[in-house]
Amino acid sequence: MTEPQPHEYEREIDRSHMQVTDEVAIEITSMNKWYGSFHVLRDINMSVNRGERIVICGPSGSGKSTLIRCINRLEEHQSGRIVVDGTELTSDLKNIDKVRSEVGMVFQHFNLFPHLTILENCTLAPIWVRKIPKKDAEETAMHFLEKVKIPEQALKYPGQLSGGQQQRVAIARSLCMRPRIMLFDEPTSALDPEMIKEVLDTMIELAEEGMTMLCVTHEMGFAQAVANRVIFMDQGQIVEQNEPKAFFNNPQSDRTKLFLSQILGH
Amino acid sequence: MAQEYSYVRTEMLPEQEPPSNAVGALVWVRENLFSGPLNTILTLASLAAVWWILSHLSGWFLNSVWQAGSLAECREILDGATGACFAVITDRWEQLLYGFYPSDAYWRPNLALLLMLVALAPVLFPGVPRKLFWFSAIYPALAFWLLWGGSIWPPLVVLAAFPLGFIAYRLVEPINGILATLAALAAPILWWFLLAGPVGGVLAGILPGTLEPVASDLFGGFMLSIIIGVTGIALSLPLGILLALGRQSDLIFLKTICVGFIEFIRGVPLITLLFTASLLLNYFLPPGTNFDIILRVVIMVTFFAAAYMAEVIRGGLAALPRGQYEAADALGLDYWKAQRLIILPQALKISIPGIVNTFIGLFKDTTLVVFIGLLDPIGLSNAIRATTEWNGVYWELFVFIGLCFFIFCFGMSRYSMYLERRLKTDHR
Repeated sequence: MTEPQPHEYEREIDRSHMQVTDEVAIEITSMNKWYGSFHVLRDINMSVNRGERIVICGPSGSGKSTLIRCINRLEEHQSGRIVVDGTELTSDLKNIDKVRSEVGMVFQHFNLFPHLTILENCTLAPIWVRKIPKKDAEETAMHFLEKVKIPEQALKYPGQLSGGQQQRVAIARSLCMRPRIMLFDEPTSALDPEMIKEVLDTMIELAEEGMTMLCVTHEMGFAQAVANRVIFMDQGQIVEQNEPKAFFNNPQSDRTKLFLSQILGH
Repeated sequence: MAQEYSYVRTEMLPEQEPPSNAVGALVWVRENLFSGPLNTILTLASLAAVWWILSHLSGWFLNSVWQAGSLAECREILDGATGACFAVITDRWEQLLYGFYPSDAYWRPNLALLLMLVALAPVLFPGVPRKLFWFSAIYPALAFWLLWGGSIWPPLVVLAAFPLGFIAYRLVEPINGILATLAALAAPILWWFLLAGPVGGVLAGILPGTLEPVASDLFGGFMLSIIIGVTGIALSLPLGILLALGRQSDLIFLKTICVGFIEFIRGVPLITLLFTASLLLNYFLPPGTNFDIILRVVIMVTFFAAAYMAEVIRGGLAALPRGQYEAADALGLDYWKAQRLIILPQALKISIPGIVNTFIGLFKDTTLVVFIGLLDPIGLSNAIRATTEWNGVYWELFVFIGLCFFIFCFGMSRYSMYLERRLKTDHR
């Protein structure tokens, strides 16, 4: 067989909790977005059910980051509807704050707060947004720091950690808000190769627990291992989406074939 | 034949002491003072310059006279030799410190200064118990009462408007955020104009707490500089922060007001603003209002420093990566929480050198009030020179005044360096 293959993920994935339910978590209908006069997202229609793990890929400038940033309104869309957990995103600040506190986000450049310790990074939003007592927030934070396997770094500052560790802290920080949906915006793109795996492992564990996830990533091994759906975007449009096996083995559009041959071909 | 380049290290090298020609005092001297012909010449020239200055000044300082009743007496003691007549300082230092403040009430500014240090401690140093902040909060009213005298109640009642505004905000907040902000602004204003007077009067009737009043035109000397300087510093930082945030705001109207304010105040010399404060302002105010001159000067100095401060802080805000704003947004923090917890701590930290620079500038600019007739140290030096005893004394007064200002400003500069070190968490 000559078709390029993504790397098999080495670990056995526990799929017992990975269940896609009928409940709709995110509903995007006819959404358009422009940067000035540049039409960056064109007629996006997409529905995400609770428990889905979606990988969004595509060439740079295809609008994939912009799409997931619209879901917690870091970017504003100009037409169409985005409904997250039953709350429609409009200019109403109350709705935006509600959605943001339910949706966790992990960024390419981690965006930890450098003036706060790891623990303070993790407890800040629970204390100030959720109004959780400090002691409880710290307990939760330690729980999630243990989960991402860096509890011993709790009292250090982000600048003292490696990139991979910082990204795991960023994941823990999001989880401390107990989000129902997690968005990942190229979480491994700024990392050295040896650190990518530790972050992906953390993400896989999260998927195994049944978290609803949307990941913009080029880690096709990850997509193969945990995604239930892969979306390919180009020029601000959804070009193709399918379950991973069919997406990788039997891409339909020429754009997808070209893209896959470019990222898997070497 | 192919070259042999295959190599495997079998044991790692241990760390070794540096050779003796790489460390030590002699090495330092050679590298830092005499590392080449040009540097050797520069070192020797600098030494010569320092020697020349010291040799000329030392006689003046070493020969100085500290006890004399007038300049003539000084000259008699010196008997033709060069020497400073610092006797003017010993003779008039109370005036240089307090101006014409009644001498039997010197304990009041002294106590105010002492309490100021207590009030500043929790603001400046992290080790101080946080509860002292409550004292820092009421200190302005206390200091006003100590310095100007009268009843203690009016300043306390004026200060009470701030907690009232806060309570109003908390009460209305659950209903609507914008309404709450309006309530927080309206409550203090209503309080000041409608209730503060009567309430203060009633309280003064119950418990007078009255000190002998002292009029503003008796204030002077370093006391005046410190009053204007410290008040200006304390007020210009928060005002500067608000202006900087306003300038960054998306609300076009607010932004225009802030930009207009900053550009106008920065574009006008401070002395113009001070003349406005001393002369013009009275024309705009309703007849009969007696708007204290020191208060007017403090307001103008604060505006002036705040405009500079706003630009310094804007630089700090601009230096923050966008990701910090996005991470704060993504965690669901609202605008004010994001600013207070994430953005400002970092932006202010970046701006510390510029902020302290503005503070130092403001403190030294307080000497400009001499031009509107207030008796700051420079004004007093003129007044002292105008007396028959000390007519003709220039250098000694200016050296003393300069030294005092230097001590304050150097202190601020060192504190800013300490603060930068303490807040350094980026481990670069």
